[in-house]
Amino acid sequence: MPADQPLVVISRSGSKRWVSAADTAARKVGLRVGMAASKAQAVIANLTMIDADPAADAAALERLALWALRQYSPVVAVDGVDGLVLDIEGADHLRGGEEMLISGLVNLLRSRGLTARAAVADTWGAAHTITRMTTAETTVVPVGGVSKAVVELPIHCLRLPSDTIQGLRTLGVETVGELSAMPRAPLTLRFGPEVARRLDQLFGRVAEPIEPLRTPELVEVSRNFQEPIGAAETIAKYIRKLVADLTARLQERGLGVRRSDLVIHRVDNTRQSVRAGLQKPVRDPARLSKLICDQIEKIDPGFGIEKMVLVAVMTEPLEERQIASSLIEEQVVDVTPLIDILGNRGQRLYRVTPVASDVPERSVMRIASTADETGADWAVKWPRPSRLLARPEQIETIAVLPDQPPVVINWRGKRRRIVRADGPERIFGEWWLRPREMEAVRDYFVVEDENGERLWVYRAGDGVDTATGSHKWFLHGVFA
Amino acid sequence: MSHARNSRVVEELRERIAHLEGCAARKAVVLPFGVPELDGRLPGGGLAYGALHEVAGGGSGTVDGAAAALFTAGIAARSKGKVLWCLTRPDLFAPALSQAGLHPDRVIFCESDKEEDVLASMEEGLAFGGLAAVVGELVRLPMTASRRLQLAAEKTGTMGLVVRRWRRQTEAADFGNPTASTTRWRVSVLPSEPLPTAGVGRARWLAELMRVKTGECAEFELGACDAKGRLSLLPVSRDRSDTSSWQGSRAS
Repeated sequence: MPADQPLVVISRSGSKRWVSAADTAARKVGLRVGMAASKAQAVIANLTMIDADPAADAAALERLALWALRQYSPVVAVDGVDGLVLDIEGADHLRGGEEMLISGLVNLLRSRGLTARAAVADTWGAAHTITRMTTAETTVVPVGGVSKAVVELPIHCLRLPSDTIQGLRTLGVETVGELSAMPRAPLTLRFGPEVARRLDQLFGRVAEPIEPLRTPELVEVSRNFQEPIGAAETIAKYIRKLVADLTARLQERGLGVRRSDLVIHRVDNTRQSVRAGLQKPVRDPARLSKLICDQIEKIDPGFGIEKMVLVAVMTEPLEERQIASSLIEEQVVDVTPLIDILGNRGQRLYRVTPVASDVPERSVMRIASTADETGADWAVKWPRPSRLLARPEQIETIAVLPDQPPVVINWRGKRRRIVRADGPERIFGEWWLRPREMEAVRDYFVVEDENGERLWVYRAGDGVDTATGSHKWFLHGVFA
Repeated sequence: MSHARNSRVVEELRERIAHLEGCAARKAVVLPFGVPELDGRLPGGGLAYGALHEVAGGGSGTVDGAAAALFTAGIAARSKGKVLWCLTRPDLFAPALSQAGLHPDRVIFCESDKEEDVLASMEEGLAFGGLAAVVGELVRLPMTASRRLQLAAEKTGTMGLVVRRWRRQTEAADFGNPTASTTRWRVSVLPSEPLPTAGVGRARWLAELMRVKTGECAEFELGACDAKGRLSLLPVSRDRSDTSSWQGSRAS
């Protein structure tokens, strides 16, 4: 169906039918959420109406939550009927920070046809309110900035019952700032303890642990402690015990773990989690416990830990294989354990592979560090510099056009007299990639100055026709 | 006669020292350069596995580290197995490494934001044990950090190579500070091999062995890495008067 045709979703409560969701086209012609269905039909003749299916919505939301659990954070739960809450503490650095994480998430959802808004804040309540009450697609509230960020927002996203909201508005309370400035005792007397509790949760005065989503397929082991533990050695000891339990459970099912989370319950009813990801499914207790124990320093035990839970969030079938041992062949060392260790610390690991392109900066492509070995090598046998500048730097030269190398170059404020030179090596633009490079030409020269420093310079253009380039000179690399 | 006895005594003393140092078992495991003059200057006849080696550039090479990186790549290329290359500035051009014999399939790059992470990654790589060499590009190499790397390398027999490069040429004075590395090299560029026609010949380096444990300092004029990562001692040019100031080997 065409996108410009208005579409609304109709819910029923009792005998009343009302609009519970409307798309952009419908909103444009004046349909609003909460309108009676008959009124909406009266506004537009050919309105498409779909009956709401809350059960299917909830199931879809849970599927989304489960996906987010695998991809983004160890602690994910469904928030209300229309949202997800993720505890990204300790998980954001793997996605390049909070801002990158949520903008990436929103963009990914948009590519799947879902409109989403995301916010990062110190508390669940604040993030909940901000996502629903602001128009910005992504918001990051700095640490400690909650009270400033929510003060102007209306109160009806405080997760309070609707009659409480109605009552508060009757009293003339419109924004969170106004509500939080009111005296507590009369509020509690009139509306019960819920208002104060939600406000405290919003400002982080009361902890609000997120109960992570779990499904029966997830393999989970846990351990309760009679006395809270806190020392790093003790934590490490119990991590090893939990990992042993988990791997035993995985063995029964023939699974290997790709991603596992350790969730720590502290005595003050707050949670922390650390995550370990692996390149290939693994069931080796030593490797898995090393990856998790590596992150012990991130755990803040506070007043003590009373429970530790270890979950295999992402698992894959892992069959034991017999290794043919040979005395003659060279042993190929599997480096994935090392890659896992470094990768979990947030280092960027990659290999490079040749690309069939003459343009130097495009001839190299990064691939995953565990990708299969291709054996491919660069076909060019012309000398290439060992350092390539990220961006060619313009230099001042004295050179004879069209095809003589420069005699003098001036790079980074240093004047060099060129003693020897090789070239030109002409590289044509790749018009099949970018139409603007139809005519483009670069003439590369290897030049050597009187100190023996060898540099890779090029002239944009062929030296005759200005359509091929600006005829300016650039330095692109440094030879050894 | 007395000379022979003396040398035996010295030999014995050396053995005892090596035993005290605790690396007697791996003493013989070295990677020779394949250049007799070079290998002769190094204890064991080559660059020791299970040890840390430092390479810095000279002149403007202190900033770009181009020659130092290629010298290191040549060493890594001649070893067998995978190489972990830890860096913070990703300006290394892989085709040049491939031209020095280091195939792209063999190198795993590990890019970090901080110098400390490079040190940690290097240590982890050295302690892993399955790699041929671990290369790190570092500005600062404090004594403690270098000792940790050296110990990690000794434990597994992996070769640790540090390419020192600084932000400014003046900062390179830092290279004078002591570290625990087994050898220290400074590789600077020399004018290339003269050709009978116009053009740039094979690159030449001045490799200064500035420090070596149980050995003496030396200087060599070398022809840069070939396609297999091998170096060569410069042939003595006879009939070029304009190169007389630097011609020939200064190894002796």
